[in-house]
Formats: sequence, structure tokens, C-alpha cells
Amino acid sequence: MFFPISGAHISPIYLAVIGFLIGILGGFFGVGGSFIAGPALRIVGLDWNFAVGTDLAHIVGKSVVAVRQHRAFGNVDLKLGLVMAVGTIGGAEVGAQLIQMLKRAGNVNLVVSIVSIVVYLSISTFMIWESRKSLAAKIPAPVSKGGAKQDHSAFRPVTRAIQRLKLAPMVKLPASGVTISLWVILAVAFVGGLFSGFLGGGAGYIRMPSMVYVLGIPTHLAVGTDLFEIIISASYGTFTHAVKGNVDILIALVMHTGAAIGAQIGAIATQYFAGPKIRLLFVPLPLIGAAIVIYTLMTGHKL
Amino acid sequence: MKKEAFKTLRAFLVELVIYAVLVVGYFFLVLHFLGEGLQRIAQDHRYTYAGLAILLMIGQAVLLQYVTTFLLRLIRGRTE
Repeated sequence: MFFPISGAHISPIYLAVIGFLIGILGGFFGVGGSFIAGPALRIVGLDWNFAVGTDLAHIVGKSVVAVRQHRAFGNVDLKLGLVMAVGTIGGAEVGAQLIQMLKRAGNVNLVVSIVSIVVYLSISTFMIWESRKSLAAKIPAPVSKGGAKQDHSAFRPVTRAIQRLKLAPMVKLPASGVTISLWVILAVAFVGGLFSGFLGGGAGYIRMPSMVYVLGIPTHLAVGTDLFEIIISASYGTFTHAVKGNVDILIALVMHTGAAIGAQIGAIATQYFAGPKIRLLFVPLPLIGAAIVIYTLMTGHKL
Repeated sequence: MKKEAFKTLRAFLVELVIYAVLVVGYFFLVLHFLGEGLQRIAQDHRYTYAGLAILLMIGQAVLLQYVTTFLLRLIRGRTE
């Protein structure tokens, strides 16, 4: 099928199936899935700039569906999501500036590739250690006074210490059952945004674990809230890319037909898994990202 | 419990088939009616196109969620 905006010929069934698979991942793990969507669009011949912009547009739609489903389960902290969006956009801008600096220095590809491999492998290693320890401990999830969902984390002592930092203003998050300094939230969001601008994609693979381990947000809420935050940051990204002529909205709309149903399945599936299990299942995602970067680095062929 | 899971799975598979048929029709509708117009806007009015792209995406997301929820409710109602 011909898509006139990008001038590409792509099977709509292929796009819907890719959207469906990424939708399941997004709904379940709270990630945008750009590390799969980008290469999947590149493989069928879409230019790199269109692959990035179009993927962002499709992420907006998929996240809207997943957030509505998560919200029905009480898994979205709107207040936290809105605060984080500010930090994310700031971080994304700084990340994009860093890329420009490295471009001028002439070593952008090598630096970004090495940083991303180190980050991906570190996240996976840490999450394997933490989630396995949490599952082995078999400690019942602590109950919050406000009735917010909670789950056990082996990293909890560190999280508690971060929550005890009395750096005004303090933000009360009743939906998550957490009170924490605004600066910590903004710092976490800023780092997520920085990686998003620096490495591309929504950086949910960094933000979702950071929300759990640094802010102490229960996993189910971290997934739902991350998706809500992704709607805002991906909309911003879609707008700027569309203005630069990098978005084929027709491709995004077709991809989203599959993602809409996949995202609902993913969101519903979270209800059947405990927090540490979701975190353990999350581990392969950054590893896939690392494998793609290593492949690109070794072959010089960008997926 | 197993019977309930089987019912849910069957309802979901039926929904997937109906949804696939609707979606294939929708592909042609979207590309046929929106394709040319959107291409013109994308070339001549970049900011309008950017805003429209986000609105279309969110609109489709809400619409498709209603469709899938309605289908699932309809199919479950019939199988129960």
C-alpha cells in the first residue's frame, strides 16, 4: 500500500501486526517500544527521520488507549505524571543539545552507542538482581494508609532514604501513597528526558524503573503513570517532528489499529502479575535495545 | 475457573476476527479519504498538519477503544 506523505510502500497488515506487538509491550511495561518500532519501520524501507517521527505519533495513540485502561484499574497518578512531564521536556531538550555538540565534535555515533549499551546492560543487571531478590524474599507487600497499591522491593531501604530527604517543597502523592521532594521527581524526570533526547525514543526503559526504585512508586502505578507521561512527551515530540516534516500520520494511524487492541491486552495482563514479576519480565527489553545497538556498531548498518 | 478462562479466550478470539475485518475496511477508508488532503496540508501548512496529526491520533485512540470495548461486551453477552 502506498503512503503518499513519506512516499513509502508498506503492507498495512505488517504495520498493524507490529503495532499490536508493541501495544502489548507498552500496555504491560509502560514503555513506548521505539527500540522495536524504529528498526521495524526501517526494515521496510522507511527513511530514518520518518521512522522516528511516525513512531512517536503512534506512541501517542497507543499510550492514550493503555492509560485509559490503566486508569480504570486505578494505576495512574495524574499529579505525578504532570510534574514529571515538565522535567522530561527540559531533559529532552538538553539531550538534543548534547547530540548537536557531539555531532559538531564528529563522534556522535560512537559515544551514543557506548553510552546506550552501558545504560541498557546496567538496567537489566540491576533489575535481575533486585526482582529476583524480592521474589525470593516472599515478603508480603506493605499496606499504605491511603489504600494505594504497594509492592515489595529489595531496594526499599535506599528508596526510603531518598523519600526522607526534606528538600522543600514536598509533594504529596496520595494515589501512589508517597510524599517526596519535588526536586527528586524533577531530577528523575529530567534524567529520563535527557536519555530520551540523547538516545531517542521515549526512554520508558529508564523512567519506569527509576519511578519504582528512586521515587518508590508501586510498579503497577509506575507503568500507568509512565504511559500518561509518555502521552505528553510523545505529543510534544510528534508536534516538533511533524513541523520538520518527519511524520507520516497515515502510517501511524494504520500501526495504531493494531496497537489499540494490543495496549488493552497488555494493560489488563498487569492485573495478573505482582510488581517484582513485572520487573523481572521487563529485563529483556533493555537487552534487546543493547543488542540492536551492538549490531549497528559492528556492522555499521543502522536498523 | 478453566471454563471461565476458555470463555474469555474464545470471546477475545472472536473479537479479534471481527476487529480485523473492521480494521481492513478502515485502512482503505483512511487512505482513500484522508491521504491526498493530509499530504497537501503536510506540504503547505506544517503547523496545522502537526496539530492535526496529534488530534487524529488521539481521536482514533478513543474511538478504537470504544469499538473494542463494545465488541467484547457484545460477544461476551452472547456467549454467556
